[in-house]
Amino acid sequence: MSVKPVIETRNATKIFGRDPQRALALLQQGWSKERILRETGMTVAVNRVSLSIGEGEIFVIMGLSGSGKSTLVRLLNRLIEPTDGEVLIHGRDIMRMDKRQLLTLRRKTISMVFQRFALFPHRTVAENVEYGLEVQGVPKKERRERARQALEMVGLADWADRMPHELSGGMQQRVGIARALAVDPDVLLMDEAFSALDPLIRREMQDELLDLQSKMQKTIVFITHDLDEALRIGDRIALMRDGAIEQIGTPEEILTRPANDYVKRFVADVDLSKVLTAAHVMIRPEMITPERGPRVALQLMRERGISNIYVVDKNKRLIGAVTAEKASQAAGEGRPLDEIIDRNVETVRPDTLLNELFEKVSNVRIPLAVTDDGGKLLGIVIRGSVLAALAGTREKEGDGP
Amino acid sequence: MTVPKIPLGEWIERGTDWLDASFGPLFDGIKSVIGGLVGFFEWVLLSGPAWLWMVLFAALAWWLGRWKFAVFTLLGLGLILNLGYWDPTMKTLAMVVTAALISVLLGVPIGILCSRSNAVQNIVTPILDFMQTMPAFVYLIPAVTFFSLGVVPGVIASVIFAIPPTIRLTNLGIRQVPGELMEAASAFGSTSLQKLVKLQLPLALPTILAGINQTIMLSLSMVVFASMIGAQGVGAVVYKAVTQVKIGEGFEAGLAIVILAIMLDRLTQNILKTKRKV
Repeated sequence: MSVKPVIETRNATKIFGRDPQRALALLQQGWSKERILRETGMTVAVNRVSLSIGEGEIFVIMGLSGSGKSTLVRLLNRLIEPTDGEVLIHGRDIMRMDKRQLLTLRRKTISMVFQRFALFPHRTVAENVEYGLEVQGVPKKERRERARQALEMVGLADWADRMPHELSGGMQQRVGIARALAVDPDVLLMDEAFSALDPLIRREMQDELLDLQSKMQKTIVFITHDLDEALRIGDRIALMRDGAIEQIGTPEEILTRPANDYVKRFVADVDLSKVLTAAHVMIRPEMITPERGPRVALQLMRERGISNIYVVDKNKRLIGAVTAEKASQAAGEGRPLDEIIDRNVETVRPDTLLNELFEKVSNVRIPLAVTDDGGKLLGIVIRGSVLAALAGTREKEGDGP
Repeated sequence: MTVPKIPLGEWIERGTDWLDASFGPLFDGIKSVIGGLVGFFEWVLLSGPAWLWMVLFAALAWWLGRWKFAVFTLLGLGLILNLGYWDPTMKTLAMVVTAALISVLLGVPIGILCSRSNAVQNIVTPILDFMQTMPAFVYLIPAVTFFSLGVVPGVIASVIFAIPPTIRLTNLGIRQVPGELMEAASAFGSTSLQKLVKLQLPLALPTILAGINQTIMLSLSMVVFASMIGAQGVGAVVYKAVTQVKIGEGFEAGLAIVILAIMLDRLTQNILKTKRKV
């Protein structure tokens, strides 16, 4: 991911109840959340969470309802006061901020998108988007212009003068996103931002968010209860249960190396073919440069026990493939390797999903080449590794509850 | 065995005497301000010719979106003029407008305070209950003690009787603003004042206006009582008609009050409706 943490929490804890400090002491003595609730009536909503989120990262906090994820995200801008622990934004402890500094933080550094949109019903779309700039005291003309730019980013520039209730749910949430982006924050907190939308629109919004993110590189903390959503958009995922974090990792790590039984059960039903990519299943390719000649190629193939080999230039850019059959013919006739290269080979990108890969890999005779945008050969995908990865899914389903 | 009577009335009397003695100059100040306000509105309403005001009121009714209501206003005021109650009706209107204005100026801020603190709300609510259930008549007595006879104690009594709806509905309207909107406003770094001005008051406005409407109606209902302590106006005509058993005159003057009431009620309600449309 990235090097510089934008958000860090250290043992961030939130306890709701009459005497949170007493519950905190009990928690630190090793009492469980259940026991504290049973014997004191107090609720440990967030239990000593430590995490570090890097610049430009989409960090998903996932958990079922009541897992404390919505409370946790509100600790990050002190909409809810933490009972204990530290919350650092750009290395500054927000618990030590006075009122004024906290206002500045919320106005300029962190903005938020809400589950049920929370648009102001008495203001037009443009006035909603302007809100954050308005409370900062940005002059009318400038904030109009910046609101327009933000609306353009989400494709709603033509709706600026409508009222929120005239818009569909998906459009309203786009306004919510524009409102958050208008102040050009470093951090975007998205609290179940797409959960109130129907599945198709939700999918569309996820794509749009990824698209926006590729242009603007914000640090995004995204709360969801939907595993598919988490896997789709998250660079990293923190899985929460009962206020504590069970595992933090990339989607692949969560799926393929679950930290405990809870995580394992949680991800049991995931269709791996929709999550894993070519990058995940590709293996190191055998390759050769064209100057080496057909004899060397043949030799290499014999050694490795393969029937074809990829040809690349000095910068490892893919030129084509050579089969053992043709190489031995050319070796007999004394022709150079250059003449027998099959330049018409199918390639895929490293982020191609497994389910798309499967069809391609069964249609070609030679392993599928994985290249980056510059045409550099990164690896190859053979049928067996795709099948093995998919089989991994079935095993998981098998030992689930 | 007889339990001696608790001298509650005596205490109240002694208390008011003390108030009068200690705050006399303050009461005099209040008196001249209120008297000045009523006088100003009377002067405005009575200085122009009656037909001009009829047209202006009808135009206002029209502008607020109802031509039928504009016609009613024109005919109603015409009838009042024809019956010869124009001057007392305008005096009554001046008094009602003053009472309503004072009620709004005091009531809305008190309502805002109530909405921001449960403690304040818990103190104010029983006082409002008391103010509304105590027979309105009773307010006339201390009002006369402090402000002598005339229109001023009438206005004071009207304000006490009519202010509760404005306070209550301001409080209610602000408290009804959804928590998630308040949270959103907080998340964008709004100060308390910004939340109040940009979010709570605009969203509470229809409810606050409904409270003001009720306040106006209640203060209008005080005009006959107020005439008992010397307030001028159409209420005084009714009062005189009652004491002299002049049924015809009483009916005419009463009708003038009804017309005024309907007019004020519709006017304020239409303001409410135009607001809602936005």
